[in-house]
Formats: sequence, structure tokens, C-alpha cells
Amino acid sequence: MNSNFLRNDMVLMAVFTLVVLTMPIWLAPIGAGYPDLLQKIAIYGIFAIGFNILFGLTGYLSFGHAAFLGVGSYAAVWTFKLFSMNVVPAILFGVIVAGLFALFIGYVSLRRSGIYFSILTLAFAQMSYNLAYSVLTPITNGETGLQLSQGDARVLDHALGIAQSGLPTPSFFGMEILGWSGFYVCAVALIIAFFFALRIFRSPFGMALKAIKSNQNRMNYTGFNTRPYTLAAFVVSGMYAGLAGSLLAVTDPLAGAERMQWTASGEVVLMTILGGAGTLLGPLLGAGIIKYFENIFSAYNERVLHDVFSGLPNGLEQIVVSFTSLFVGEGWQLTLGMLFMLVVIFLPGGVMEGFRRLTKLFRRDGPQSPAGAAQPAE
Amino acid sequence: MKDLTTSVNRRSLLKATAASGLVLATPTIFSRGAWAQNFANDPTNKSSVTLGFNVPQTGAYADEGADELRAYQLAVKHLNGEGDGGMLQTMKPLALKGNGVLGKKVEYVTGDTQTKSDAARSSAKRMVEKDGAIMITGGSSSGVAVAVQSLCQEMGIIFMAGLTHSNDTTGKDKRKYGFRHFFNAYMSGAALGPVLKEEMGTDRRAYHLTADYTWGWTQEESIKNTTEALGWETVATVRTPLGAGDFSQYITPVLNSGADVLILNHYGKDMVNSLTQAVQFGLKDKMVNGKKFEIIVPLFSRLMAQGAGDAIKGILGTTNWNWSLQDAASQAFVKSFGQEYGFPPSQAAHTCYVQTLLYADACERAGTFYPCEVIKALEDFEFDGMGNGPTLYRGADHQCFKSVLVVRGNENPSSQFDLLKVVKEVPAEAVTYDPTIFGGELGTCG
Repeated sequence: MNSNFLRNDMVLMAVFTLVVLTMPIWLAPIGAGYPDLLQKIAIYGIFAIGFNILFGLTGYLSFGHAAFLGVGSYAAVWTFKLFSMNVVPAILFGVIVAGLFALFIGYVSLRRSGIYFSILTLAFAQMSYNLAYSVLTPITNGETGLQLSQGDARVLDHALGIAQSGLPTPSFFGMEILGWSGFYVCAVALIIAFFFALRIFRSPFGMALKAIKSNQNRMNYTGFNTRPYTLAAFVVSGMYAGLAGSLLAVTDPLAGAERMQWTASGEVVLMTILGGAGTLLGPLLGAGIIKYFENIFSAYNERVLHDVFSGLPNGLEQIVVSFTSLFVGEGWQLTLGMLFMLVVIFLPGGVMEGFRRLTKLFRRDGPQSPAGAAQPAE
Repeated sequence: MKDLTTSVNRRSLLKATAASGLVLATPTIFSRGAWAQNFANDPTNKSSVTLGFNVPQTGAYADEGADELRAYQLAVKHLNGEGDGGMLQTMKPLALKGNGVLGKKVEYVTGDTQTKSDAARSSAKRMVEKDGAIMITGGSSSGVAVAVQSLCQEMGIIFMAGLTHSNDTTGKDKRKYGFRHFFNAYMSGAALGPVLKEEMGTDRRAYHLTADYTWGWTQEESIKNTTEALGWETVATVRTPLGAGDFSQYITPVLNSGADVLILNHYGKDMVNSLTQAVQFGLKDKMVNGKKFEIIVPLFSRLMAQGAGDAIKGILGTTNWNWSLQDAASQAFVKSFGQEYGFPPSQAAHTCYVQTLLYADACERAGTFYPCEVIKALEDFEFDGMGNGPTLYRGADHQCFKSVLVVRGNENPSSQFDLLKVVKEVPAEAVTYDPTIFGGELGTCG
């Protein structure tokens, strides 16, 4: 298989690493170069990449992936509370718990496929949300959200004599995870997560998953037991979600039930489809676009718009501002919805298909797609 | 699968190591360490200072959020010396000069908390990291306020809480960097108790419907303690999810519970819905145990009264401030708010406006924006002329102590805004408590 890990992929990994680590520089001109948004892009990128392993490769559409994200968050915060403020155990614990949870839900849900599978996962996620929101309040602290407090046990930290005055912050062996350091932790996790996704895409395991997507019945008729494969994909994808969830807790030690809401599950589906399901880079792009809209467009208010359009004549400025203000601020979801419709109607393969068409346009003679281009599943 | 395991070879391992090495080597000049000598978003070298207004623009508390934002914008105007000055005319003592704060023009950025802790923290982070906000204020949910307050503590940014009524905000979850002007559930209970005794007697059976988060929990607890001290019996306490919309499934059981008082620990759209439905179910006209059935809404606001329409007539509750107050400060604020927007401000607007002025004034008195000095200036600050009479910002828990209004839904409103009638103005001494009863620790500054 090593021979199969082509030169192209090496280049892809190198470019990817570089691009991710320099995000603070090249995203700054469009107002996105600040740690919180970059962390969110990296974290939801991981989430979407993991989701894509299930949806993009096997075609199983899970509508309940936010449950694993939430479980990962809760597990990580509890690790902070009970054991140590170090991020490594928190991330490990978050990933493992989410994986176990995915094993259970996957085992039950994967007995069905198609819409029934989607409904089952949706039901499980909604159940988890309601449990976290009210029934399991002692564990999750309900709507208020699970937070750190000064009276937490933190057995390991106390045993090692690491004492902090005031409310502790998560740390990576002494380095505080705040702002930019938080982003770099997420960025490294993203690069590793992307690397594993790449290997899965290129492996025989990934090939089997793609075969399941194209025709599961035929696979079964040839005597190939698909269950272990779909279940493995489900668990891996759940662990990615757990990683994303624990990173959310690492960058901001708080876990709330709203992370498990069905809208959050829907969001990752949107991210994947917007970017391009079944492609390697698509989900990450989708996550970036959605998070950018959520954070930047929602912050525009009329005052900002007046500044932007101040060059226009007075009457026209009023009209333009009152019209565009529908699409920013509270209306950012309207813009996102329109963008989503446009993409789905004209570029069913997502943003990645747009890129592919563009590169084709510019290199009519060279049919070979460049290293960074899409890797369709089928 | 075999290939998958062998594929993590020496080369890829090297690459991963190199990648992590790169990160570890990344100088930490970007992180908070660089701010340590100074402080976050120090505006010394800038001509303006930016405040962050983080309010719910969507969700169950969106109406309050919109009104809060109006008040903030008005406060910024007054601080910069535009408009008629509002409460700057009445505030005593006053250090502000109407030329911004410490000579710097006040600017602001806004954000949507969506009434969710996650979104609120994310939005607050954006304001601090991207927009350079030096102070965050707002919130119309205690869950959000508590979450944003602890974030501000971590980032070293002062948080001036908006409408948050939970005991936890300045109790169990109080923070050195967090300040609250609004009253809390304990004070509501203390103010409401004597009035309830007078109006409904000592032999009552109460049924609680409670919003299921920090504010609902503490209010339920405070009201329960008060009413049980009067001799009332608590039949049941039922938790309802925030933003439930339909409360009929929670109200039906009340009818057969034998309770003769319904206490709605709801706020915003939740309260509008639950109260309207309770009235539709005929609870208000019911006779139980030989007594008239009563509904109590411990935390009342004019905005909610407007939403609930006729249902609020005769309902008792408490409020932090009401526009009908006749003191000079309230009148000045109502006048300039009315001129700007065409209707009177809500209590949410009032507290947010006052908080902004108090922060600005504290900076002016401290002579710096350095948070630790501003905190010192706010702690144990006594002021008057802000609409609630003489007020103390207690240093032990960063809670304001002032009089509390017990109000009743007006039976014969003279205008569409004249919805609440003040039954009693309970003086600050009657609602003051020992700061240690709720536990919690302020933590440190710097």
C-alpha cells in the first residue's frame, strides 16, 4: 500500500499542512484571522471530515452526529474536572467515549439503511439531547452547561502538585491553551485527522466502503459481509466527532446540551454537501464557509453597512443598506440558505465540483487533475 | 485492513512529528502571555474605545435583546456627548464629562448570543479577539451570563451583566471581572413575601412551573423558601425546557393537583406562552379549596406584559425598574429613550443603560482602562440618580443593592405601555442578604 500512497498525496499533505498552519495569515484580510473563528473552522472541519468518512464513502446519511460531538465534549470536561487540566487525557477520553457511544448506536441503527437509518440516528441524537438537557442534569448541568469550578477534584493535578490560583485553564504540559495556542492545537489535530482520512480513502478498507455505497446488495451476494465495514466506518466517524467535541471543550472548557441539538447534526450534513460529499477537502471547505458566515455575516449591523456603502448617493445608500441588511446580522442564515440552494442546484458536487470545473476550464489540454483537486468516491 | 495498519510508516511518523514540532516552536507571542504586563485590548494608543454588546437577537429572549441593544446605543450616544445626556444629568456622583471615556470616543460592536451559552461565548470571543472590545456587556439569560462571565474572567475582560436574575450570577458563579446591576431571585422572594401574605394569606398550596436552567432553579428555590416560610405548602415543582413554546402538557396536571396558586418561573416568550395558556385553561377564574386560584410571575417585565395582553391583569410579580417611576432619573431616561425610539424602555433596557454608564464612570474615576483598577473603582461604589434610589455596588459579590418593585398587571391600562402598577417599593435594607449564603469565590484580578 505504501507504493499506493502516491507522490501526489505527499504533495497534498505537505500543501495541506502549510495551508492550515498559515490560516491566521491568509484569512486575516477577510476578517477571519482571529483565534476563535479559526479554532471553530478547524474543529468543525474535523467533524465534517469524520462525517464524510461515513456519508461520503458508504452513503449512510447519519442525522445524529452531533450526539457524538456532545458526548465527546462532556467526556472531556469531566476529565478536566476529575483528573487533570492537561488536554491529552481529555482528548483521548473524549474520543474513546464517543467511539463507544457510536459503537452502541451504530450497532442498533445499522440494521437498517436509507431513510430508516437516518431516522434512527436522528431519534438517538434527539434522545441524547433531551437526556442531556433535563434527565441527566446531575451529569450535564442541563441548560446552564457543564463548567469547571474551583472545587473540582482534579486528582492527577493535585497528586503532581500542579496548583493553579483561580479557575484553571486547559494546558498542554504547562503551555496554556488560550487564543492562538488553542488554534495550533486544533490545527495539528486537523492535520492528523486529515492524514488518517486520506489513508482511509486510499486503503482497501476505503475501497470496500465505496463499494458499499455503489451497491451493497451486490456486495452481499458475492459473500462479502458488509456489516463490520459499515459499523467500523460509523465508529471511526463517531470518534472524529468525539475528537471535535473534546477540542471544543479544550479551547473553551464548557459543554452545553445545545451542541447535540438536531440543528447541529443538520449543520454537519450541510457542511459536507456544501463542500462536496465524498471528496477529501470538500467537508473542510464547507465547514469553513458555514462558520465564516455564522461569525462574520451575523456581526454586520446597519452601521457597518452604512460604512460600506457610504460612497453611494444618499437616497440609493438608504435603499441598498435596508435591502442588504436583510441578509446580514440576524439574516445570515438567509444568505447561507441561498448559497446552499445555488450550490446544490448548479454544483451538485459542492464547492469542490466548482473548483474542478474551473481547473478544467483553464487546462483544457491537460485532463490530469492537480494534486489538490477532488477525489470523488465513485 | 492489514495495509491500513502498516501504512503508518517511518515517513508519515516523521511528518507528524515535524508538524507537531512546528507548533510547539511557534512563539507564544500571540497568546495571553504577551498581554501580561499590560492588559487585553489596551486602548491607550487609540483614539477610541470599543465596547462589546452581546445580546440575544434570536430565541426566547429576543424581545429583551432588541430593547437592550437600543439602550446600549443610546448610552453610547450620551457618553459621546450627543443627544440630551439622559441619566448623565442625574447620576451622582458623576465623573464623566460627556466627551467619551477618558477623552476617547466610545464605539461598539454587536453580537447575537442566540440565548445559547456556546454561541454567546463564541460571539464574546470574536468581540475581544477580532474587534478589540475592552468590556463585554449584555445577555438576557442567566445561563448565558454565567458562561460569558467566566469566559471574561479567563480573558481578563470586564463583564457588565445585563438582564440576569439567577442567584448564581453573583452567588455560586460570581467572578472578579463580573458585575451585576440587576436584582436577583432571592431579592424577588424577599420583596414578594410580605405582599403575598397580605393578599393570599398563609394557607395556600403552590405549584411551580420552572424554566430548566440556572435562573429557573434559583428562582424556584428562593420563592419556595419564601412561601414555605409563610406557611404555604409546595404541591409540585415541574421543570420545563427553555423555549418550549407549548406549555399545555404542563398546565393540564395543575388543574387536578389540588394547588390553588400557580407560580410561573418563566421569562420572555416562555412566560408569555405559559401565562396565556394558563389563562386560556381557565385557571384565573377557578375556585380551589374555597379560594380564588392565583397566578404569580415572580419576575415581571413590561415587554412580557405587552406580549401576554389581557392575561396579565391582576397578576403579581417583581421588577427591577418600571418606566412609570416618577423620580428625576427615571423621567430623564424615559424621555430620551422615548425621543429616540418612540416608546418607553423596558427594565432590560434600563439595567443595560445603567451598566454602561457605571462602567464608563468607573474608568473615568480610575483614570485608566486597566481592568483591575476599574474593578476597584466599581467595588463598594455608592451612587444615586440612576432610577432605583441610593444604590450600593457591593464589593464582596459585585451585586447591586437597591429597592425592588412589587408590581401588578394593570386592570385598567391608560395606554398600551401602562401595563404594570407598582404595588410596593421595597427598600434595599429589606432585600439585603449576607454575601456568603450562596458560596462561590470571586477569584483574583490580573
